[in-house]
Amino acid sequence: MSTGIWFWILLACAVAFLTKLVGHLVPARLLEDERMTRVAGALTIGLLASLVAMNTVSSGQQVVLDARLGALVAAAIALVLRAPFLVVVLVGAGAAALLRLTGIG
Amino acid sequence: MVPATPPFASVPTHRPTYTGRVRRLWASPAVRIGASIAVATGLYGVSFGALAVASGLSVPQTMALSLLMFTGGSQFAFIGVISGGGTGSAAFGAATLLGLRNAVYGTQINRMLKTRWPLKLAAAHVTIDESTATAVGQEDPDEQRRGFWVAGVGIYVLWNAFSLLGAILGGALGDPARWGLDGAAVAAFLGLLWPRLKGREPVAIAVVCALVTVLAVPHLPPGVPILVAGLVAAVWGWISHGRADEGLEPDVDPYPSDGHGPTDPTHGEVR
Repeated sequence: MSTGIWFWILLACAVAFLTKLVGHLVPARLLEDERMTRVAGALTIGLLASLVAMNTVSSGQQVVLDARLGALVAAAIALVLRAPFLVVVLVGAGAAALLRLTGIG
Repeated sequence: MVPATPPFASVPTHRPTYTGRVRRLWASPAVRIGASIAVATGLYGVSFGALAVASGLSVPQTMALSLLMFTGGSQFAFIGVISGGGTGSAAFGAATLLGLRNAVYGTQINRMLKTRWPLKLAAAHVTIDESTATAVGQEDPDEQRRGFWVAGVGIYVLWNAFSLLGAILGGALGDPARWGLDGAAVAAFLGLLWPRLKGREPVAIAVVCALVTVLAVPHLPPGVPILVAGLVAAVWGWISHGRADEGLEPDVDPYPSDGHGPTDPTHGEVR
């Protein structure tokens, strides 16, 4: 995967930069259209929620419930308690590792 | 009669010293907010670096994403798809769609800063959630400019330094599952999503897209369910009539309001 993935990494980087640049170049009225802003916002929420779900339950093409579900719950509790991002990530890792260690996950 | 010299006149104001300049810069609220946002955001580059290596990327590939892509959500999306067994093209699709909001930020920054070539290229590269939020939160044009650059460049430097640290540490950890790094990825995505769940509609979008993903996983190649969820979200945004700027919040809020939660109408209204 190492050589093929380089192509997609560099392409994704180029497109990410061009996306930012386009915002700086096109007349504001084109992108500040309320509908475009709504699409961009909804897209951000939907994709992140999808990434949460996929990383929690998917194992290839299978849906598997394991220690990652515990990590999700623990991270949510940390977020409710207003923990900073890095602490949330560590809590998620700790929960998954602990559940596996105890043989639950 | 010679007028008495006021005491402060002994300080040569026409040629400020280096420390004097730094002190004056530090007196700017935008600079201070930008700097603290840079530290908070830059630090979590360590989790990106560690997770990127755990997903199977090499250290140079990880650093290419941090140096060249430089938009945290998209970087996490790219490695999130790869670690789930998705193809490079699916990872590209997820990262690109998640980066589209940066175009909206670009128009806001361009209107506020009116940067010229070639500085525009640098401004575009550091146009992300946090630098935009720092600038938007200021009223004075000079403060907007200072806030944007301090946050943008500060995050760029620290994000890359901590990505490298994370990638090296992650490589030394060995088996990712043993250390719960897959749980860390789940937590990271939830942490990125959380600040954007302000209001009933964002929560509804999140729940529906998560459900769509889970239902699609057994039927589609890895990574593709994310794109399907993205499509659902885009259509939702197209036909919805809710607040226009929902979803466009920084991961680390430079101007945190008291009530984080689903019913905080005062937050982010100018964004």
